[in-house]
Amino acid sequence: MSLQSRDVEYIAHLARLAIDASEVPQYAQSLSSILDLVDSLNSVNTETIAPMSHPLAMAQRLRPDLVDANPGETGRDQFQAHAPQVSDGLYLVPRVVE
Amino acid sequence: MIFQRNLGEHAAALRAGEYSSVELTQHYLERISRYDRRLNSFITLCADQALAQAAAADTLLATDAAQTMPLLGIPFAHKDLFCTQGLRTSSGSKMLDTFISPYDATVVEKLAQAGMVMLGKTNMDEFAMGSSNETSFYGPVRNPWQTERVPGGSSGGSAAAVAARLVPAATGTDTGGSIRQPAALCGITGLKPTYGSVSRYGMIAFASSLDQAGPMAPAAADCAQLLQAMAGFDARDSTSLQREVPDYSATLHTPLNGVRIGLPKEYFGEGLESGVALQVEAALKLLVAAGATLVDISLPNTALAVPAYYVVAPAECSSNLSRMDGVRFGHRCKNPVDLEDLYKRSRGEGFGAEVKRRIMIGTYVLSAGYYDAYYLKAQRVRQLICDDFRHAFTMVDVIAGPTSPTTAFKLGDKADDPVTMYLSDIYTIAANLAGLPGISLPAGFSDGLPVGLQLVGNYFSEGQLLQLGHQLQQQSDWHLQLPEEYLAWQ
Repeated sequence: MSLQSRDVEYIAHLARLAIDASEVPQYAQSLSSILDLVDSLNSVNTETIAPMSHPLAMAQRLRPDLVDANPGETGRDQFQAHAPQVSDGLYLVPRVVE
Repeated sequence: MIFQRNLGEHAAALRAGEYSSVELTQHYLERISRYDRRLNSFITLCADQALAQAAAADTLLATDAAQTMPLLGIPFAHKDLFCTQGLRTSSGSKMLDTFISPYDATVVEKLAQAGMVMLGKTNMDEFAMGSSNETSFYGPVRNPWQTERVPGGSSGGSAAAVAARLVPAATGTDTGGSIRQPAALCGITGLKPTYGSVSRYGMIAFASSLDQAGPMAPAAADCAQLLQAMAGFDARDSTSLQREVPDYSATLHTPLNGVRIGLPKEYFGEGLESGVALQVEAALKLLVAAGATLVDISLPNTALAVPAYYVVAPAECSSNLSRMDGVRFGHRCKNPVDLEDLYKRSRGEGFGAEVKRRIMIGTYVLSAGYYDAYYLKAQRVRQLICDDFRHAFTMVDVIAGPTSPTTAFKLGDKADDPVTMYLSDIYTIAANLAGLPGISLPAGFSDGLPVGLQLVGNYFSEGQLLQLGHQLQQQSDWHLQLPEEYLAWQ
């Protein structure tokens, strides 16, 4: 599996990653070599094998959908202490709706 | 020497009043200040907090409470992937360089409750993605045995710090070998428990179906004690096992008579350094002398473990790391023109090259049209790998082999070639895919560099792995050796 530069640019866009244009060919090469490694999975027939979703074949544990901890305003301040930009308890981002 | 003592010996000395926890803490902090400039095994130190914890431990040591707290007052370090309240938790990334966790991970909480004294947070590959500790934003860690070589990864800081006896023990996490491989390359003991044994709450997630925390220390008996304090059900981790925690030290002294050790032919083939093979055989001989028997087995799908892992792990990481968006915490780019620009540049600037590679692989294999061909296929192969183990465990009790195909390689040797780097985890990855416990034990030296013996057991067999480790360590002193220069300051 060989990825071209435009594939890398598209994947980077999907992943919301800014990649320097000068690095794209390098990523194309290294990602292709990883996909080559992965391609060996096709050497086995797995038609009758069920995909494994959990190492211990356990069912997901569920809990009632209730608030079990309410951090309140103090908690909010604590969570927002390391946020890049906040104001009045709100996270600030560039304007989305004009 | 004080720094060569194990956890049990420290506990006894603290109780006998030979030294206080404050004095012991100062002793290790001094070792760190003397030796770590070279090793770079720590990202953050918390000396003041540690001395306060030690003073509190000294008060408790004088009370009856000390009787039920075997780890009380003993210093250690956390891998910088466990959230520590009020202290930077970086996961080795520029993205989280300024992140001060507002809460403690369950493991952090539990070891604090056990009375242990945290000296700081150890260096690691960025977001635990690496096998050499070279992807850390804070610079590579160096192997104490030969400082031009890597300590392994991703828990390379913990392994190097323990190997140089800058701490008597440390925590690590293992997604594809990140406890066992650095333990092997640095000559210490490291255990990855059964998936779900130790809570993942407050561990910065890499690949949630594979991540598991575990202990790293010179000896198996130390790891047993540490795991005792780390393990247990936690309602805050949805995949935490609801099982009673066994006494991991209970069978350490039980003889190995009747224990069957399987040797998969696939673990002793092409690519294995002859010096490593020799030492692994020497360690196996000691286990046989202690009563175990060796059985030839096969794990036919071994070669598919690394390829399956490099679909499953990147897929999960691309999803887990999407939370690093420059909005609520972590790095944010300057002057974003719009929201998309904010996401892209914050992530582009905050993540290193290896993390970007894995996010892109994960994004690709999960993208429309490729999901079945890659992700679903890998999950089916994962089942085959699991079946190999299931079949093997009908014939043997544990599976043995080298932890890593080589001893520690030189810094820079594999840094530019991701696939070569990935293949250095060829013997460790399958245990993560299957959720099985595995341990790496010191097995001597090849050209002056440590070799690790890996044992993989059936689910919940940590006690048996530790028993085998302890019995091996009763007959060898490989786990007690440390590089000479670290003996200088006492």
